[in-house]
Amino acid sequence: MPSATRAIHLNEVSKVYGDFAALRKVTAELSAGKTFVILGQNGAGKSTLLRILAGLIRPSFGKVTVLGSQDVAAIRRRIGYLSHDSMVYDELTALENLGYAARLYADADPSAEPMWKPEEALDLVGLDAALDRPVGKFSQGMRQRAALARVLMSKPELLLLDEPFSNVDFASSSKMLQVLGKLRAEGKTILLTTHQPELARPIADCFCTMHEGQIAAMEFFSPEGSAA
Amino acid sequence: MNYARTVWAHLQKDLRLEWRSKDALNGMLFFSLLVVVLFSFAFDPTMAVSRQIAGGILWVALLFASVTALNQTWTRELRNRVLDAQRMAPSPASALFLSKVLANFLFVTMIQVVLAPLFIIFYNLRAIGQGWLMLLVLPLGTLALVVNGTFFAALSLRTRNREMLLPLILFPVSVPALLAMVQSTTAILTGESDPGLWIRMLSGYDIIFVTLCLLLFETVLDAE
Repeated sequence: MPSATRAIHLNEVSKVYGDFAALRKVTAELSAGKTFVILGQNGAGKSTLLRILAGLIRPSFGKVTVLGSQDVAAIRRRIGYLSHDSMVYDELTALENLGYAARLYADADPSAEPMWKPEEALDLVGLDAALDRPVGKFSQGMRQRAALARVLMSKPELLLLDEPFSNVDFASSSKMLQVLGKLRAEGKTILLTTHQPELARPIADCFCTMHEGQIAAMEFFSPEGSAA
Repeated sequence: MNYARTVWAHLQKDLRLEWRSKDALNGMLFFSLLVVVLFSFAFDPTMAVSRQIAGGILWVALLFASVTALNQTWTRELRNRVLDAQRMAPSPASALFLSKVLANFLFVTMIQVVLAPLFIIFYNLRAIGQGWLMLLVLPLGTLALVVNGTFFAALSLRTRNREMLLPLILFPVSVPALLAMVQSTTAILTGESDPGLWIRMLSGYDIIFVTLCLLLFETVLDAE
């Protein structure tokens, strides 16, 4: 497979914490423009894998190439990472949270592609009526949508979403799925971990099942999802 | 210019968070007032004795009080894992550190403004030396406290007993600065010696630790 169409390349990637191996020699190539849904029990290594791809933790062994680069700082500029925590300040309003993030991105690279405005990003996830409310007073679903809006604002090429639907009400998860479906249609690469495969199925190109730190199975719903 | 704008964006955010929660300021104010009032009752000092001990009491009160603010500094970044978002942001890590230092500097200065008149009343103080030099000693001393405090609070961020660990690391490192702060303050209040050497020592300490902390902060932020 030509590297131009490869979003992620993992070469024997392991992550070890003391005696515990969170990831064990994971090797995979994931195509650009596809949505990969990562399934698995708690402790299977899903979050560890996403945090390694985001450059938040370093692998103990192996090589990770994301969007053709191994430079963590360069990779971080091109990806969006959402953990199962909201990664926003409860005391600030949704607009203040996104405005703050927007300033950090804009000041770091004024020549970069224009981002979504905070109002536009919040509108995209259906929070246009709650702009001026503190995030701490949001429901869990609204917080996750605000978090997704913050991630989307920088128009990342690759989205890493760690259990975005956990503890989220149906209306919020539907809205998030709608947004993710739109991004998928635009050709963004999405990696998403979840315990609810039925929810993510409509946007999935591939189900990757992880077990004890390894990719145990890959089920494709569209051609050319991956070459292992 | 962009760097300054990034520092300003972080600082505005921190000031806004503190304005809404008042976590750091309330804790610091309560603690420092307690120390000042209790010591004044415990020693019942005369004016001469006051001048000898006031410098020590002032800086120890500020040191202990600032620890409560310093612990808050990074704790609010841990809630909801906002720290991960900070690490993912393309802005320089040192800008985040500098903004935290400036925010803590402002908080401690606000406490000093409240504390100063109370100190003068409770300890019946009047400087015999060059009183205006306190305008140098106070910001230099405060900077020494908050630079190291902010850095070591970040260093102990991922440990389980971080509230206990911070003073354990911070206090020994702050001893030279604390000595300079107390000695220069005492020299100004008593007029018995020249505080110049201590002020120069404090300035040197600030330059060294501001530079070191700025250079090393990214490593600390990205440590696992």
